[in-house]
Amino acid sequence: METTPNTDATGGRHDGLVEAIAATGDRPAFAELFEHFAPRLKAYLMRLGSDASTAEEVVQEVMLTVWRKAASFDRRQASAGTWIFTIARNRRIDRLRRERRPEFDPNDPALVPEGPADADRTVWAGQIEGRVRAAIESLPPEQSDLIRRAYFEDQSHREIAETSGLPLGTVKSRIRLAMQRLRERIDDLG
Amino acid sequence: MADAVPTFHPEPETLLGYAAGSLDEASSVLVATHLALCPRCRAEVRRLETVGGALTGSLEPVALAPDALATVLARLDEPEAPARRPAGPAFDRETLFSVPAPLRDYLGGNLSSLPWRWRGPSIRELPLAIGDGGPRASLIRVRPGTALPAHTHTGAETTLVLCGAFVDDGQSFARGDVSIATSDDDHQPVATPDAECLCFAVVDGPLRLTGPIGRLFNPFLRL
Repeated sequence: METTPNTDATGGRHDGLVEAIAATGDRPAFAELFEHFAPRLKAYLMRLGSDASTAEEVVQEVMLTVWRKAASFDRRQASAGTWIFTIARNRRIDRLRRERRPEFDPNDPALVPEGPADADRTVWAGQIEGRVRAAIESLPPEQSDLIRRAYFEDQSHREIAETSGLPLGTVKSRIRLAMQRLRERIDDLG
Repeated sequence: MADAVPTFHPEPETLLGYAAGSLDEASSVLVATHLALCPRCRAEVRRLETVGGALTGSLEPVALAPDALATVLARLDEPEAPARRPAGPAFDRETLFSVPAPLRDYLGGNLSSLPWRWRGPSIRELPLAIGDGGPRASLIRVRPGTALPAHTHTGAETTLVLCGAFVDDGQSFARGDVSIATSDDDHQPVATPDAECLCFAVVDGPLRLTGPIGRLFNPFLRL
């Protein structure tokens, strides 16, 4: 997997760029993030059915949010790529599906905090996407396709079942199996 | 007392739908409220988001308009638009600790002051307007030791316990636990005798009540 270290280095660089925005309002850092992520976010939104001009507007809003919320970025929780993905996902739900995106509040008095036993379970989140990408590529095509569909088609499992003519239970168990294989591959690559 | 960690979780595919952003709003509220109570599923959603980040990063880039970066750079110093939703009401302790966010944000008031609907001597229900045309969502309060009317449903019913506990089919569901009943189950959950049980239920299709009491309440219980 020759590309993996490279990708990881790029990922680490992106984390630093978001932190530079948070620390000093670093515009060149923002421009570099924009050049890398904006065309991919546009692709993401168009995969999910946006026309090009709407996608471009949403990308602008997402990148503005990256600028404004950079201080809330925490590389121990997620890489820059993952963090920006979640912003784009939420913006799309808000703007294109016209629904709210419900999220838990980390400062909620009702929140049950992480216990000591949960520490090792969070390791994955801090790891870089290159390994995840390599793991997805290594899956049989029908499984990697199913995983891509889960992220890039705004369809419930019921809708996937209806369009594919498969029973709902079959759709769910296939998705579950694909995710389980992915998890194993990621752990193998570690 | 340490907070108990939930035993029963949303289905893996449901967490995936939440992380991917394809899950409807009512079910997303249920998942996110479970996440407030479940460190294990919070970590799992972070992993699933990492997959989303990796997949998005590997998409073939689509070029933006040549002036896109300049346009955004020019907007960086714009004042941020104020949040569209004003701050909600100040909640009392009972509501604050019983109902985690984000579900709490949909209540519009304290538990004691909400327009609960009578669903029989021991059951109160509060339908919640969440999302458009998706599954139906409501809060349900059941007196200690009381059975909910036996019912089946045409779709899946997902129930998150917020306070107290109920027993369904020999299994006990307490705060943070998620119970999933499919259309095949004809089930009758019973609240445990020690405390009132408060639940958040999301139903994917209309209920069909069974049994004599169920038939009696059928006209009312249009969840």
